[in-house]
Amino acid sequence: MKSLFLGSLFFSNDKTANVVLFSLIALIVLVPLCNAIFPSASALHFSAYTVSLLGKYLTFALLGLSLDLVWGYCGILALGHGAFFALGGYSMGMYLMRQIGERGVYGDPVLPDFMVFLDWKELPWYWYGFDQFWFALPMVFLAPGVLAFVFGWLAFRSRVTGVYLSIITQALTYALMLAFFRNEMGFGGNNGLTDFKDILGFNIQSEAVRVALFMISGLALIGAFLLSRWISCTKLGRVVTAVRDHEARVRFLGYRVEMFKLWIFVFAAMLAGLAGALYVPQVGIINPSEFSPLNSLEIVVWVAIGGRGTLYGAIIGAMLVNYGKTVLTGLLPEIWLFTLGATFVLVTVFMPNGLAGLLLKKREEMHT
Amino acid sequence: MNKPLMDRYKTFDFVRKPVKPGELDVSHKTILYLEDVSVSFDGFKALNNLSLYIDNGELRCLIGPNGAGKTTLMDVITGKTKPDSGSVFFGQTIDLLEMDEPAIAQAGICRKFQKPSVFENLSVFENLELAMKADKGAWPALFARLNGEHRDRIEEVLTTIGLTEHSAQQAGILSHGQKQWLEIGMLLMQEPKVMLVDEPVAGMTHQEIDRTAELLLSLQGKHSIVVVEHDMEFVRSIARKVTVLHEGSVLTEGTMDEVQNDPRVIQVYLGD
Repeated sequence: MKSLFLGSLFFSNDKTANVVLFSLIALIVLVPLCNAIFPSASALHFSAYTVSLLGKYLTFALLGLSLDLVWGYCGILALGHGAFFALGGYSMGMYLMRQIGERGVYGDPVLPDFMVFLDWKELPWYWYGFDQFWFALPMVFLAPGVLAFVFGWLAFRSRVTGVYLSIITQALTYALMLAFFRNEMGFGGNNGLTDFKDILGFNIQSEAVRVALFMISGLALIGAFLLSRWISCTKLGRVVTAVRDHEARVRFLGYRVEMFKLWIFVFAAMLAGLAGALYVPQVGIINPSEFSPLNSLEIVVWVAIGGRGTLYGAIIGAMLVNYGKTVLTGLLPEIWLFTLGATFVLVTVFMPNGLAGLLLKKREEMHT
Repeated sequence: MNKPLMDRYKTFDFVRKPVKPGELDVSHKTILYLEDVSVSFDGFKALNNLSLYIDNGELRCLIGPNGAGKTTLMDVITGKTKPDSGSVFFGQTIDLLEMDEPAIAQAGICRKFQKPSVFENLSVFENLELAMKADKGAWPALFARLNGEHRDRIEEVLTTIGLTEHSAQQAGILSHGQKQWLEIGMLLMQEPKVMLVDEPVAGMTHQEIDRTAELLLSLQGKHSIVVVEHDMEFVRSIARKVTVLHEGSVLTEGTMDEVQNDPRVIQVYLGD
């Protein structure tokens, strides 16, 4: 019975889902393996830069996945999802910042550089505890989770839906961006948090730590994927899908629709926070631009291109679009936004169910 | 003048049988009380001092021309619309105006929409599973598992609505009539005291209409049923008592024959 359960956890009836899942597993096994076997000069040895780049894609995939739960499954087009990613990122950034200690430019044992620069004498109360990893880790989930809870509680209970909800989620992330830009907020203002040295006592620049962070990102993505898929197969998952398809009917069946929306919204926000926390040590910086509405819109584009409501579609979409972004911004930086915009329009018009939908259709055609 | 002590119809609280608040009390045989209910939308009176009483276990048909307030009436009972004035009670004790839609549904008043409303991306079985009377919170739903008793209950309803063979099918590909039955099945899964059924036979074939009539007749007694319908032939085939609505109030009540021969009803339906 137990093995049957594990089997159904890893294998789904949808073949594409299995392919994506096992590709991810292969990726997080092969990259470290190659780096262990081949010498650094070999072509099969991934550089620290490449490993971190792949790790960044994995965190974006996790972010896309979390938005798919809210948008693809529950039908809430959240245009401020990047805010939760950024809050998770800031929680991790605050931990990394306090690990710098005396090695900062000003050499203050407690205060981060930017606070010394601003002539602050004391650590603000909300920075307490962030020198401890055991404190920072739950904050990665709690900070976005609490914001999502408060925001969702107010919005869903007042039955704000559709385009109005989309707009206020956008306003939320924009307001946070403006707030985090201010030096008085105590989060490093414009420059954000950067110049990290250590994570859990290991040098954050070292290749071993890069590979470890990459693997943890991959494991987090796989774990989140399996957990989300499990949730989508429970009664809760079915109610959430039902809310997307016919909200009033669900309400008249006796379900408190707002509670289900809130549940999935908070869960997704926590996943986004985790993605942000894994992103920050790999890119080495977090600043208020992560809150920018444009970032949140980009997440929506990944999910739309990959295909909504499939979970693996969001993973494919996030990885492909970001790979395209890396390549194109390297070659022709001016045209990237146009390409992204055009792709989005084309996908919406010609592939309303995204790549996942296209694959599913192709498979059905092959069967008949 | 209107002092309680002077009122010969006043029943004092100590005479009454104690009833727990929130518990359905139908000791007076009436399950739904609507008294002087008025609803207006931008000056238009959708319901105008409407009073209506539904007996426990009764099958009641509501008819009336378009705009008579039939759907608004259902909206008021199910909590979707709050009336401007009047009172709506479920049994003797439960004030429906203080409750929202999910609370009213959980108390046992269930509703079938005018347009068949099933979850098209879920299977027939899953549609019924979602409707099943259970703890409807989010956390219980996460850990809810179907046991044998639940499955039996779903099978039973599938048999009642004649969709046993379609159990695993996606609800979206059912025929129009089958969707209507599925939605009635979803009401049954909630073990309702009162079923409000809005236009159950709209768009159905003759055979389907006959089956629906049979279905509703087999349910009366076990549930109180209020049917809103335009199809007079269908109403005649199921109704014991018919209420005619016109311009937001009750025009008349009686058997189908009485109602059809009422000159006011004829005037309302045929015009001057």
